[in-house]
Amino acid sequence: MAPRKTPEKSNISRDELLGYYREMLLIRRFEEKAGQLYGMGLIGGFCHLYIGQEAVVVGLEATAKDGDKRITSYRDHGHMLACGMDPKGVMAELTGREGGYSKGKGGSMHMFSKEKHFYGGHGIVGAQVPLGAGLAFADKYMGNDNVTFAYFGDGAANQGQVYETYNMAELWNLPVVFVIENNQYAMGTSMKRSTKSPSLWERGAAYGIKGEAVDGMDVLAVKAAGEKAVAVCRAGQGPYILEMMTYRYRGHSMSDPAKYRTREEVQKMRDEKDAIEHVRDLLVQGGHATEDDLKAIDKDIKAIVNEAAEFSKESPEPALSELWTDIYA
Amino acid sequence: MATEILMPALSPTMEEGTLAKWLVKEGDSVKSGQILAEIETDKATMEFEAVDEGVMGKILIAEGTQGVKVNTPIALLVQDGETAEAPAKAPESAPKAAPEAEKAPAAAPPAAPKPAAVAVRAADPDYPAGTPTKSMTVREALREAMAEEMRANPLVFLMGEEVGEYQGAYKISQGLLDEFGPKRVIDTPITEHGFTGVAVGAAMAGLNPIVEFMTFNFSMQAIDHIINSAAKTLYMSGGQMGCPIVFRGPNGAAARVGAQHSQDYAAWYAQIPGLKVVMPYSAADAKGLLKTAIRDPNPVIFLENEILYGKSFDVPVMDDFTIPFGKARIWREGTDVTIVSFGIGMTYALEAADKLAAEGISAEVIDLRTLRPIDYDTVLASVQKTNRCVTVEEGWPVGSIGNHISATIMQRAFDYLDAPVINCTGKDVPMPYAANLEKLALLTTVEVVDAVKSVCYR
Ligand SMILES: Cc1ncc(C[n+]2csc(CCOP(=O)(O)OP(=O)(O)O)c2C)c(N)n1
Ligand SMILES: [Mg+2]
Repeated sequence: MAPRKTPEKSNISRDELLGYYREMLLIRRFEEKAGQLYGMGLIGGFCHLYIGQEAVVVGLEATAKDGDKRITSYRDHGHMLACGMDPKGVMAELTGREGGYSKGKGGSMHMFSKEKHFYGGHGIVGAQVPLGAGLAFADKYMGNDNVTFAYFGDGAANQGQVYETYNMAELWNLPVVFVIENNQYAMGTSMKRSTKSPSLWERGAAYGIKGEAVDGMDVLAVKAAGEKAVAVCRAGQGPYILEMMTYRYRGHSMSDPAKYRTREEVQKMRDEKDAIEHVRDLLVQGGHATEDDLKAIDKDIKAIVNEAAEFSKESPEPALSELWTDIYA
Repeated sequence: MATEILMPALSPTMEEGTLAKWLVKEGDSVKSGQILAEIETDKATMEFEAVDEGVMGKILIAEGTQGVKVNTPIALLVQDGETAEAPAKAPESAPKAAPEAEKAPAAAPPAAPKPAAVAVRAADPDYPAGTPTKSMTVREALREAMAEEMRANPLVFLMGEEVGEYQGAYKISQGLLDEFGPKRVIDTPITEHGFTGVAVGAAMAGLNPIVEFMTFNFSMQAIDHIINSAAKTLYMSGGQMGCPIVFRGPNGAAARVGAQHSQDYAAWYAQIPGLKVVMPYSAADAKGLLKTAIRDPNPVIFLENEILYGKSFDVPVMDDFTIPFGKARIWREGTDVTIVSFGIGMTYALEAADKLAAEGISAEVIDLRTLRPIDYDTVLASVQKTNRCVTVEEGWPVGSIGNHISATIMQRAFDYLDAPVINCTGKDVPMPYAANLEKLALLTTVEVVDAVKSVCYR
């Protein structure tokens, strides 16, 4: 990925920029805290952090309206925070407590919120893609103008069901934005080692689906592309593919030997492309905010995250009777 | 205030690890996010990052120390100007940890071996008495089996996600890429339905693929090819064309990985004519049965278990050690009750047998080892002797292997039974994530003990 040039001279408002800054920072601090709680044994199993990719969900959520739906993989904490789910409930699910979104029964990979139209949290790579198209199918069926964001990884893009879905989604003009979060690795397998397609979004062309690649480390670019995709879908011309070029800074999950890429590669991304630093620069250089303003936000976010962590430790484990509930409606 | 840096949990199943290397020394100042140490877990060597800023006060666990339990203090972090001598939080544990750490690398500590768990152990019938053995983990045994068969037969190859350059998601294939090269150790994209179809096709054309599923949960993406394409071909072609292929990988619950990643497929695959199904418990069985599986001309489902991967057992040192399918192993002879199990279920069965022995109940413990074919004769002979039976498995109760064993005993040994057979299984729910609920969902030794007492009317 080429280093970002200069901060765009933008007509973006101060409030909008500050909003992105806050939301991205919330995700990052939340994830750092989750990593710590994992190390302490408070979170178990798999825990996939979203650090590095924050601009993708934050930029796209800025284009969503009430009623729009989202669905993603196991790397889902950022998506939940960005669509307005309560950090306390998310963290308490990570610790497997009663106060979690799934009462502790789902865990890091499996959370849902009907209220926020968040449809999970899926552990089987690629499964959320046809599910997402199904959500869009329901909206079209009901005759409303809602849009679904179906997020999946560069690795998931090689699953066959993605292409079966593409075919149907275009055939039926489903209002779904396929968001490929191309962080360049699927566990330890780099894009180069899993496909010879030069780009992933172009595969949609075989089915007649429009799309584009986007700098997923630039929240403004993400939002601009998202607006276009959403407009197409709302107008009944969907689906649309957005391939977000992004990067995860941490390991695939907590257990990752990290031997498949160099520390320098990761450091270079952090130094040159970091999405939060980018917005920070825009804020400071554009005279929208002082270092002190940003420090105050940092402090706020820290407090929210600490409160979530406290809640996630104090919330009791689910009652043992919960083992037998929610199996049948 | 000095802060203790604790040994982190770095994988779902990690309880202890090796502190492979310190990347900082006492007196260094560290930033949050800086790599402090390399820690080797059951799965991988990982970098351990600092959470807080400060100065490395004291290193409590020397590099090279093995078996460091999660949450043991490994170092003290102090703020500028402080000394490590004043550990604010833990004046107790810190000084205690240090001498231990110094001892560890020197003399291999006689880790107070528990009195041999399996007291009444039937002789191992799989290799001649007097054969030398060596202690080996299930992981190493599986790797050796694959390597030996790949050396012996150039048509055998391994295919799956992360099996090559990553050295295996669970380190089973570690080193195989180096030895056999990328032609025979093939990394695939994440496309289970696709690569399973490719492997089945290759087997139809005469190659001997080993397909690794990162876990068997993902085999559901490929189950159509396993059943419709692999298992039925010999039959549908009137015997002309078979499918010599092995599907292997971890099966069942690991720890806290939730409903979509914690399922036992033993009963599922055992239902399919045309498949053979193996589910080993010990390392010797893992090795001997995997070698047999690779040589078998049929599609074989080989169900491993993540929790067993790190367990050590004696494995015979022989040029070519194989175990035939359809032969159960009697792990422990007994007279009062027959406990039938397989795979991870054996852990509960053997533990229960120990506890029962202490209470004067003599249990015979049978490991089925292969679920298709099943060694009915060994089970029936045992039940005819003990007149009571309990089955033990991790999977769900409905349509379980235990159900099938019970039905067989009822049909073929009804008159010998002094009590109805009880099936101990996992609970009839998707696996919950919460620690307390997961514990409740899984089988326990106590449940097995209670079931045995119940069939013994005690
Ligand atoms: C069907 C299936 N196969 C394999 C896995 C194991 N697995 C979990 S995540 C992953 C890598 C996915 O990479 P990508 O789609 O790029 O998403 P990212 O983790 O980078 O967000 C793999 C192989 C799985 N969960 N499901
Ligand atoms: Mg990826």
